[in-house]
Amino acid sequence: MTEVQQAVAARFDLRLERRRRLGQILAVVLFFSTLFGLLVLTSLMVDVVRKGVPWLDWQFLTSYPSRNPEAAGIKSAIVGSFWLMLLTALFSVPIGVGAAIYLEEYAPRGWFLRLIQLNIANLAGIPSVIYGILGLGLFVRFFALGRSLLAGALTMSLLVLPIIVISTQEALRAVPQGIRESAYALGATRWQVVSNHLLPIAAPGILTGIILALSRAVGETAPLVMIGALTFIAFLPESLLDPFTVLPIQIFNWTARPQEAFRGLAAAAIIVLMMFLFLMNLSAILLRNYYERHRPH
Amino acid sequence: MASSVDGWIRRQGFPDLAPDANLSRGPRERLIQALLGLCALVTVFTTLGIAAILIGESVAFFRQVSLAEFFGDTKWTPQFAEQHFGIWPLLAGTLMITVIAALVAIPIGLAAAIYISQYAPDRVRRWLKPSLELLAGVPTVVYGYFALTFVTPLLQHVLPQMQVYNALSAGIVVGIMIIPMVASLSEDALRAVPRSLAEGAYALGATKYEVVLRVVVPAALSGIMASFILALSRAIGETMIVTLAAGATPKLTLNPLESIQTMTAYIVQVSLGDTPQGTVVYQSLFAVGLVLFVLTLGMNLLANRIILRFKETY
Repeated sequence: MTEVQQAVAARFDLRLERRRRLGQILAVVLFFSTLFGLLVLTSLMVDVVRKGVPWLDWQFLTSYPSRNPEAAGIKSAIVGSFWLMLLTALFSVPIGVGAAIYLEEYAPRGWFLRLIQLNIANLAGIPSVIYGILGLGLFVRFFALGRSLLAGALTMSLLVLPIIVISTQEALRAVPQGIRESAYALGATRWQVVSNHLLPIAAPGILTGIILALSRAVGETAPLVMIGALTFIAFLPESLLDPFTVLPIQIFNWTARPQEAFRGLAAAAIIVLMMFLFLMNLSAILLRNYYERHRPH
Repeated sequence: MASSVDGWIRRQGFPDLAPDANLSRGPRERLIQALLGLCALVTVFTTLGIAAILIGESVAFFRQVSLAEFFGDTKWTPQFAEQHFGIWPLLAGTLMITVIAALVAIPIGLAAAIYISQYAPDRVRRWLKPSLELLAGVPTVVYGYFALTFVTPLLQHVLPQMQVYNALSAGIVVGIMIIPMVASLSEDALRAVPRSLAEGAYALGATKYEVVLRVVVPAALSGIMASFILALSRAIGETMIVTLAAGATPKLTLNPLESIQTMTAYIVQVSLGDTPQGTVVYQSLFAVGLVLFVLTLGMNLLANRIILRFKETY
């Protein structure tokens, strides 16, 4: 060793061994923290399946709610959830996609656009129970729609609107600028550019956002409790103005009861709801993966 | 643009193009633009509608209950013969849930973000991220069921004095619910840190954990902070978990093993009951909603501000 090297060795103790070991411990801790969420999800599913499967049969799927747990089922809830999703899509998809097209392709850049963008970002963060208050004040009372399917679907539409707008904007932004320029260069009008070129290219991204938004609408409870969907519904809705129930409401109702049998019913209804949501989420993820592999150039 | 082109065409002595040439200014295009603009305005009217309804009914509420009582009284007993409308017990309940949720979600969510962005091999990340997103897709009513029928009995083995409805299990489950939000937003912030910073640190002889904890995480701190604020704002507004598992007893307590009530749970409780419109109890729902709205809006704006203000440019 030279004198300098000796001096360095005396002043700096690299402690490399210790630092490496510390790093390994940290990596393990981080890994298990990441797994924690999945562990919870697994135990939730195992618990629900264990308690719910004994109640899950054809009779459960095809019966109306009942005071007698043996005879109770989720027919009206399944039909209600289906209609709510369909109507929510009917209102929120055209408005949400339209708003995103306007903001991305039409609106002049400036303070007004920034304000609208900020507003949409904030709308996405407003608690769902507040949307319930809005639905109660606006649709149930002001427009006198009562505690109806229509009022529920309109409330849900406003709730998921920001999700659809934001994901559609992202999908449109991902379309290469050259597509717009070449279409304009050939004399296409703005709407021709949007409808013939941008929308088809952005479709997978938009569709993913719509699926995520609708699965949010299917799983949401609080706004519908607020507008008064929590009632005993032993019939199917026949018009838009009929009262209704949905799966999450039925789960809430049964969970809130102290009897063990109703908890079992709640678990069975959760299995049905979660299976449906997993299918929806799965299709969204597959769509996105497909999109990432086949990104248009 | 279009008109100058038109002018150029005319000056060159070309015949007028077909009427289609002005298609982009035609009535059809203008109608479409107006309709799309109307769609965008729906989002503005949503905000205005929320504000109008909350403020309108709250004004009626504050005609009967003074601001001094609302913010000065320490009791919230609308259902009792002797009514008190002091918001503090509801605020304290909400705060307790939020603090417990933060204690769960912040360390675990940040750890997951660091692992996914800095440690996980590409193959692992590709299935870890979607699985965490599944956790975010679980409906809150299912989490509520889980808190009441699984977490509470589990904790009661360890803490036998715990009540059936309590802040602790509700808070833990709210924390679990917001883990994906912390993880995914923090991960975005961590991945935005330029590689050159980490490489510089490696070149100076730092080990991996030193690079991650002392260079990458501090560089992404503003984004990470914003993710915490957004996640906690979600925790404040969470409704079904606390309605099912935290109870309906508004009180000022520091004991997480007792039943409490949050602002959101109170709103649901009033809407479930047969409270007639126009009564002070019914209007209190909107006053509490207004406080909740202002609180979450403030936090969201703050997070937005942090992201914009401290956006690091390298």
